Amino acid sequence: MNIVQLLVDAASLGSQYALVALGIGLVFGVMRMINFAHGDLIMIGAYALVVPTAADLAAPLIGAWPFPLLIAGILCVVTLVALATERFAFRALRKRGADGSTLLISSFAVSYLIQSLVLFIHTGRPKSVSIFGALTQQVTIHGVRVGLVDIVTIIVTILLLLGLSLYLRRSRAGIEIRAAAEDFTMARMLGVRADRAIALAFGLSGILAAAVSLLYVAKTGVLDFRMGVPLAIAGFVGTVIGGMGSLPGAVLGGFSLGAASMLLQALLPAELRPARDAFVYGLVIVVLLFRPQGLFVTGNAGERI
Amino acid sequence: MALLCLIAVLGGPYLTDIATEAMIYTVMAVGISIFMANSGIVSFGHVTFALVGAYASAWQTCCAGMRGVFMPGLPQFLLDSKTPVLLAALVASLLASVVALVSGAAIMRLTGAAASIALLSLLFIVKTIYENWDSVTAGQSSLVGLPLYVDMWTAFGFASAAIVIAQVYNASSFGLLLRATREDEAAARASGVNIWRQRLIAFVISAFVTGAGGVLYGHYLGTLAVNVFWLDMTFVTLAMVVVGGMRSLTGAVVGAFAVTGLRQTLLALERGVDLGGVSISLPSGAQEIALAVILLLILTFRPQGLVGDNEMTWFGGARDSS
Repeated sequence: MNIVQLLVDAASLGSQYALVALGIGLVFGVMRMINFAHGDLIMIGAYALVVPTAADLAAPLIGAWPFPLLIAGILCVVTLVALATERFAFRALRKRGADGSTLLISSFAVSYLIQSLVLFIHTGRPKSVSIFGALTQQVTIHGVRVGLVDIVTIIVTILLLLGLSLYLRRSRAGIEIRAAAEDFTMARMLGVRADRAIALAFGLSGILAAAVSLLYVAKTGVLDFRMGVPLAIAGFVGTVIGGMGSLPGAVLGGFSLGAASMLLQALLPAELRPARDAFVYGLVIVVLLFRPQGLFVTGNAGERI
Repeated sequence: MALLCLIAVLGGPYLTDIATEAMIYTVMAVGISIFMANSGIVSFGHVTFALVGAYASAWQTCCAGMRGVFMPGLPQFLLDSKTPVLLAALVASLLASVVALVSGAAIMRLTGAAASIALLSLLFIVKTIYENWDSVTAGQSSLVGLPLYVDMWTAFGFASAAIVIAQVYNASSFGLLLRATREDEAAARASGVNIWRQRLIAFVISAFVTGAGGVLYGHYLGTLAVNVFWLDMTFVTLAMVVVGGMRSLTGAVVGAFAVTGLRQTLLALERGVDLGGVSISLPSGAQEIALAVILLLILTFRPQGLVGDNEMTWFGGARDSS
């Protein structure tokens, strides 16, 4: 395998994981809750492409729309589901002053609920759907063949990161989210509306999840009710090795994890390749042994007392 | 105990099965609770130890002459071993403890949600390894022919032993120190508690008990597949601990029985019941959805679980366990 090809693949998977980690990091920032259901938002986005049915063959639903509508449709569906989980599951818990572990378990329950519902409607058999057919081809740049979808993934990720960081830095709502992530109680005293900041963070994480659904399906074309789980785990671990509560940390953590997976995939001997994830996450545990506070965190990482 | 005798005499095979299953899950839930109730850290990774325990026991006792066919990669002494089942269960649970010691040495340095996530990735790691290690785990296919020695009384014996281990630990100074870190990490550290060490001790003990639960599970069903030990089992066992009461040993036991009873009721409803000549049945898959909804409702309206912080004592009556 060519080195440039490998680097593109690594950057592509890294971008995907970075988007997942950022979505999880945004919600963690304002709520101190790891949102288990984030992976299932991605899964919902993918399943929204096809007609809900128990039949084996999936006829496209939103997946058949022209592509600007398709993107808008999936963004809407996923964002609405993200907001719904916040409104109907997490808000009541938060109002009752639930502690971190209760929130964590409830997000696990929400995730399990969404998976069971999709399993119930679509059955557990994997389905296939093809969107953005033009992306599946290979392009040749300076004599190196790379997948167009990988290039698009990288570009979309860069654009989303730029857009989001502008939004978080410049807009009033974005500054409120960052303030809430810094010190929730203090932000509330200074007039940040808690419900709104949190709902907004969920909405943004929904948009990121929708982007990942589209990029993921464009690359693999496969739907499975557990497809969100490995992505979510990658996202969680990305936020942990990046340093919990830091958004740039989440992005870098997710990116490093994806890039490391791809590099290991290329470097491992063939018979060990199926167990690649075991090596990646083993490596993560070793990293955490030396830097339990995360790789990209400096200074005031410890919990304030 | 009296209840069990009653079930044994009157209940017929169906109720006996449910009681056995409930007690196998009790062993796992108690194992998880030893760590979770005392440390306050949510564990998404304890199913790892059930997986390790179940397979380790299979390596020693499985499938008579077929062992070499299913698992050609086992070392010779394991291929030849004719370990008695209880000794095999002990060795298997110890192996689960060893895995906990090695992985916990790293993971127990993390706190809160980061530790929970690291525990989940531990499960992911071990599951991936077992799935791909065809020569000793039969990979993605199932092992069949484990000796079926688990009946209601064996399960009862294991569950009692698990509860005794948990009670001894809870009453020990280790348990007290770990609960101190749960209540206030900073204050505990300031008082000289080595948080990492206390967590690791509880983690290793709880892995031992959870591993034993996995052993029972394998020898109750007679077949093993790696993908059984994944999110479904994590969810069900965690639901037990939470429904009963996250911070109490009694809660884990009550939760194991409550959730098993609930699941079996829903499963029976999925198969259909006759009510006055009309057959009613829930669509299949309703069981998982109902369990998730109930768990969410309990978390919202009674987050302390059914029993809260209370512990049952041997002499009846309840005391506060904090």
